[in-house]
Amino acid sequence: MDLLIDADDLAFVDEARIFFERDYPRDIIDKARAGIVLTRDDHVRAQQALQARGWLGVGWPAEHGGPGWTPVRRYLFEQELERAGALSIIPMAVIYIGPIVCAFGTPEQQAHWLPDILESRAMWAQGYSEPESGSDLASLAMTATRDGDDFILQGSKIWTSGAHWADWIFCLVRTEKTARKQDGISMICVDMRTPGVEVRPIITMDGSHELNQVRFDAVRVPATNLIGEEGRGWYYANVLLSAERVSYAHVGRKRADLAALAVLGEERLGANNGFRQRLARAGIMLDVVEISVLRVLTGDAEPAAVSGLKIACTQLAQEITALWVELAGRDRSALVDRSAAGWSAQAPAVPGFAVTRTASYLFERAQTIYGGSTEVQKTIVWRHLARGGALGRRA
Amino acid sequence: MDFSLSGEQQQLRDSVRGWLKSHHGFEHRRAISRSESGWDAATWTAFADDLGILSLADIAVPHDAVTVMVVMEELGEALITVPFLETVVTGAAVLRAAGGEAAQALSDGIIAGDVRLALAWAEPDTRYGWQPRTTRAVREGNGWRLDGLKSVVVGAPWATHLIVSALTDTGTSLFVVAPDAIGVSLMSYPTIDGRRAADVRFEGVVLSGDALLGEEGAALPVLERVGDISIAAMGAEAVGVMRRMLADTIEYTGQRKQFGQPIASFQVLQHRMVDMFMQIEMATSAVYLATLRLEAEPAERARAASVAKVTIGEACRFVGQNAVQLHGGMGMTDDAAVSHYFKRATVIEGEFGTTDHHVERFISVAG
Amino acid sequence: MNLDWSDDELAFRQEVREFFAENLTDELRSAGTWMTSVYADHERSLAWQRILHKRGWVAPAWPVEHGGAGWSVAQRYIFARERAAAGAPPVSPMGIAMCGPAIIGHGNDWQKAHFLPRMLSGEHFWCQGYSEPGAGSDLAALQMRAEDDGDALVCTGQKIWNTHADVANWGFFLVRTSRLERLQQGITFLLVDMTTPGVTVRPIVSPAGEHIQNEIFFDQVRVPKANVVGAIDNGWTVAKYLLEFERGGSAYAPDLQVRLDQIEAAARTVAVGDGMLADDAAFVRRLALARIRLAAFETYEFRAMAGPALSGASASVMKVLGTELQQHVTELGLLVAGRYGMAYQPQAGMPGGQVSLPHAHGTFVGPRQAAVAPLRYLNERAGSIYAGSNEIQRNIIAKTLRL
Ligand SMILES: Cc1cc2nc3c(=O)[nH]c(=O)nc-3n(C[C@H](O)[C@H](O)[C@H](O)COP(=O)(O)OP(=O)(O)OC[C@H]3O[C@@H](n4cnc5c(N)ncnc54)[C@H](O)[C@@H]3O)c2cc1C
Ligand SMILES: Cc1cc2nc3c(=O)[nH]c(=O)nc-3n(C[C@H](O)[C@H](O)[C@H](O)COP(=O)(O)OP(=O)(O)OC[C@H]3O[C@@H](n4cnc5c(N)ncnc54)[C@H](O)[C@@H]3O)c2cc1C
Repeated sequence: MDLLIDADDLAFVDEARIFFERDYPRDIIDKARAGIVLTRDDHVRAQQALQARGWLGVGWPAEHGGPGWTPVRRYLFEQELERAGALSIIPMAVIYIGPIVCAFGTPEQQAHWLPDILESRAMWAQGYSEPESGSDLASLAMTATRDGDDFILQGSKIWTSGAHWADWIFCLVRTEKTARKQDGISMICVDMRTPGVEVRPIITMDGSHELNQVRFDAVRVPATNLIGEEGRGWYYANVLLSAERVSYAHVGRKRADLAALAVLGEERLGANNGFRQRLARAGIMLDVVEISVLRVLTGDAEPAAVSGLKIACTQLAQEITALWVELAGRDRSALVDRSAAGWSAQAPAVPGFAVTRTASYLFERAQTIYGGSTEVQKTIVWRHLARGGALGRRA
Repeated sequence: MDFSLSGEQQQLRDSVRGWLKSHHGFEHRRAISRSESGWDAATWTAFADDLGILSLADIAVPHDAVTVMVVMEELGEALITVPFLETVVTGAAVLRAAGGEAAQALSDGIIAGDVRLALAWAEPDTRYGWQPRTTRAVREGNGWRLDGLKSVVVGAPWATHLIVSALTDTGTSLFVVAPDAIGVSLMSYPTIDGRRAADVRFEGVVLSGDALLGEEGAALPVLERVGDISIAAMGAEAVGVMRRMLADTIEYTGQRKQFGQPIASFQVLQHRMVDMFMQIEMATSAVYLATLRLEAEPAERARAASVAKVTIGEACRFVGQNAVQLHGGMGMTDDAAVSHYFKRATVIEGEFGTTDHHVERFISVAG
Repeated sequence: MNLDWSDDELAFRQEVREFFAENLTDELRSAGTWMTSVYADHERSLAWQRILHKRGWVAPAWPVEHGGAGWSVAQRYIFARERAAAGAPPVSPMGIAMCGPAIIGHGNDWQKAHFLPRMLSGEHFWCQGYSEPGAGSDLAALQMRAEDDGDALVCTGQKIWNTHADVANWGFFLVRTSRLERLQQGITFLLVDMTTPGVTVRPIVSPAGEHIQNEIFFDQVRVPKANVVGAIDNGWTVAKYLLEFERGGSAYAPDLQVRLDQIEAAARTVAVGDGMLADDAAFVRRLALARIRLAAFETYEFRAMAGPALSGASASVMKVLGTELQQHVTELGLLVAGRYGMAYQPQAGMPGGQVSLPHAHGTFVGPRQAAVAPLRYLNERAGSIYAGSNEIQRNIIAKTLRL
């Protein structure tokens, strides 16, 4: 048992660090730092820079253009990316649907979709949640009815992140009414330009437009867009998730945040003991979360622990946003439009972080809602425990 | 990066677990802790002869932190009373730092099952600081004269040797003192977790020159390190204690029926047990961190140990309180194992520094 | 709206203070100050009750006609605060605070005339017999049988967790007289002389080693029907009435204020580094947060006692918040105790019952506050379990939130 990092991995860390310093678009890092709202094009350029190095398809097999990293190496990469203040990879295409297409798609589908994803020619959205199906996702009602070589889609998806930027959407739809709700669900990909697809924005409480409602009114989709077999959509949606179960940890970003909070805290509050103590507790929690993440990556943790870790990570993320707001004090009240450089002139006496971090505080409440809410996650963990999962121990 | 145990460590764990299961049940534990001396000779002898785990005190080899962790977790789950932590972990760590013939002899004595140590470090006014305030040793001829008072020396009534920290002209030093030496008096009492401790008074105790352990005046960094080693091991014990409390609670709520159903069918209780579980998992990670950083440079080692102590302390409190709560009235009885585990957890929470103490220490070493 | 005491109330406070100054002996003061749980030492608590009795102050909430003090809620609050500050032991609640109100509310004239004076004088010392092994949170599932036999009910069965049953000479019990459709029906509220043949009491030892709770076994115990409070089969009504008293009948804040003061005083004597714990920034914050919580809670108690019921569940709200604050205060006590909190020294305190675990006799080490701190911490875990566990209280509150 040890915490040592291989010489190869250490060399990789250096390589990544140099990459982010030299070869990654500096202006994007600066823009993100300045809190200016990022555009679709910013993300495209950022991902292209990663792909230029072959580092975009992080979870993909090498034969489909992935870098073929071990979990630990991938973790180190993410650490460096976040440390550098580079943009996180938008997960919908690269992290979510890409690996599914790699594993279950036909050669034609792979040839059609995968290169566009890696080259950032296409953006994707995830169409799972519906107005009446959130935590109880398996109850979803949007239908896909076979009609010759096509499916006709009818229904509505909601909370769809980035649908307004997306070229494609992968949806869970009901192709059959079955005794077990999960058995009648299929996964199908839809070109967003197909007639009958309508995207309506949902503005979140921080004032930003990230979410959408997507309606499907008699949308005709070729049956060749079906992933794998009919009725297996639930399986495809879930089976690869385990590889992504710690992608929400963002340890590097949290560490960078805590370091910044320490400096700014000292500046603004002096030796305020209450703040320092809270910050230290977050630092302590982060150290522990990091080891827990590494345990998961190296296969040491029980399944129950893996589900539970999402709760700890998101709770810590929210505590960090709360620390920012605490530091902002009264300055948290300013709400300004950050679509262009120089936005801080709208509230000249308010420090920039107060504006951006308050917005994060509001938006990041979502972390404990999406990706399996905290409550739902606890119920999943409980099922493991009730089966004796607490007593099982590493080999 | 690797979190797996070696084949040997797994075997040792299984044999320790197996022995404790068949020889150290709850009734044995309770009877021992209620006895006049609280001393569990049978278990100590078995540790020496059957299980061989006292050999972890061998100072001829480096401290094997991972194996100690593995063993401590099992000892926690069985809620042992014997001073394994005090002797094999804390005591041996002091001996290892001191080195030399006298230390090796004591180490050999531990392995044979004959020597038991207790570290007399805290004083009524020191709270969790390692530096003595009033206990003093002054040179007298070739030896020393020791005066002072040490508080809540855990394991002292069972110890064959006390290791005492004292101020000397050049700083803080450590001495080996026989509990029955002239001028040493023990005021012994049980601890709330059914073990034994004493306040120990030293009045003009005459020590020979070789009673000094290690270099004179150089003990503070040694004690800091010994403290971190002890925190890591005690944390592993805590994980064992907590796993057992959770297991008992899951089992109890699964079989206890109220309102016509097992009380584990109520979601609030399910989610509470999940919260307990997650605290234990975090504590486990924290113990790994502290254990695997014991050989790092002092600031990093201290940081990891403080991370562990805070995480363990909070987990002990949360898991312990809720294990009792979910047992209802039953949890409030001396008959229920869970109440005994809760008391051990409560002691662990307060030993080697409270949560507040270690948050402050984390701040001071993490910058 | 105002939060001030009136002149009359201030005068009353003065009167109470003088009374305490004159009547509270050091021994009694010690019994109140060094309690290790919510239960005071039996003998001393009874001795103090007799002193109060002379003054007519045993039962603050009872009407004067029944021998109570007939005080307003404000007066009761002032009295509780002064009692805590003076360190007087509390009067055992089972009789005065629980059974008494049940008899006053639902008893007949004979019961009032016979039991109330004896309860006040301490001649009758009461225990409560509700819970059973199979009926804890689900109290209505209780099984203990009481069969009709002429002018008596014959009781067979078991009760559990009965506080002070070992020293009580009377107990009030819930027994099943009929099996009816709803579990809550068919229960009878019965007063039992604990010396009746067939009653056996066995000790339960707490984690702090104290014997305060008991099991009670009934084997064909004949109890005169004259001891039924309310009607046969209608005991649940009486029990529910009484539960309200148990849950919200007395204020928590007065004791907590005093306890926090004591903790702060103790922290002034504990060295940390070169300073004192009372000046340690982390400790100061913890104490301040506790005081803030308590200030809000106390105001809630004032609101509850001053006005019409706050909500259907305000008694439950008070029980949950009050006991959790109480538990928190014991955590602070343990924090102050530091390493001395590891020592088991019940002899330094005034436990509410016999101590049976091995412990050092006579003297103790460390500050006395530190010796009682872990015992209080352990014992106080019961606060969220008894009198309707806090989970059950939250269920009750949740029902009132739904429109
Ligand atoms: C910012 C954001 C981005 C999102 N992006 C996408 C996306 O790109 N694509 C997509 O498909 N979806 C997306 N979602 C949707 C997300 O997956 C759902 O919000 C989530 O599944 C919860 O569903 P719901 O909102 O309907 O809440 P509900 O399911 O109605 O839950 C409401 C509350 O009830 C609790 N609850 C529900 N069931 C239980 C239970 N059995 N026991 C205890 N508590 C329970 C929940 O924990 C929650 O607190 C996004 C959501 C957000 C907020
Ligand atoms: C110190 C002490 C003194 C006592 N004194 C007396 C006395 O004098 N007289 C007397 O009659 N009784 C007394 N009791 C008994 C007390 O009233 C019961 O312990 C209490 O009602 C809980 O019942 P139980 O112990 O059977 O726990 P259970 O009912 O078995 O409960 C176990 C756990 O399950 C939870 N739970 C149960 N049902 C639900 C639900 N529906 N939803 C969510 N959670 C639930 C509980 O909250 C608890 O955490 C005393 C208890 C203690 C600890």
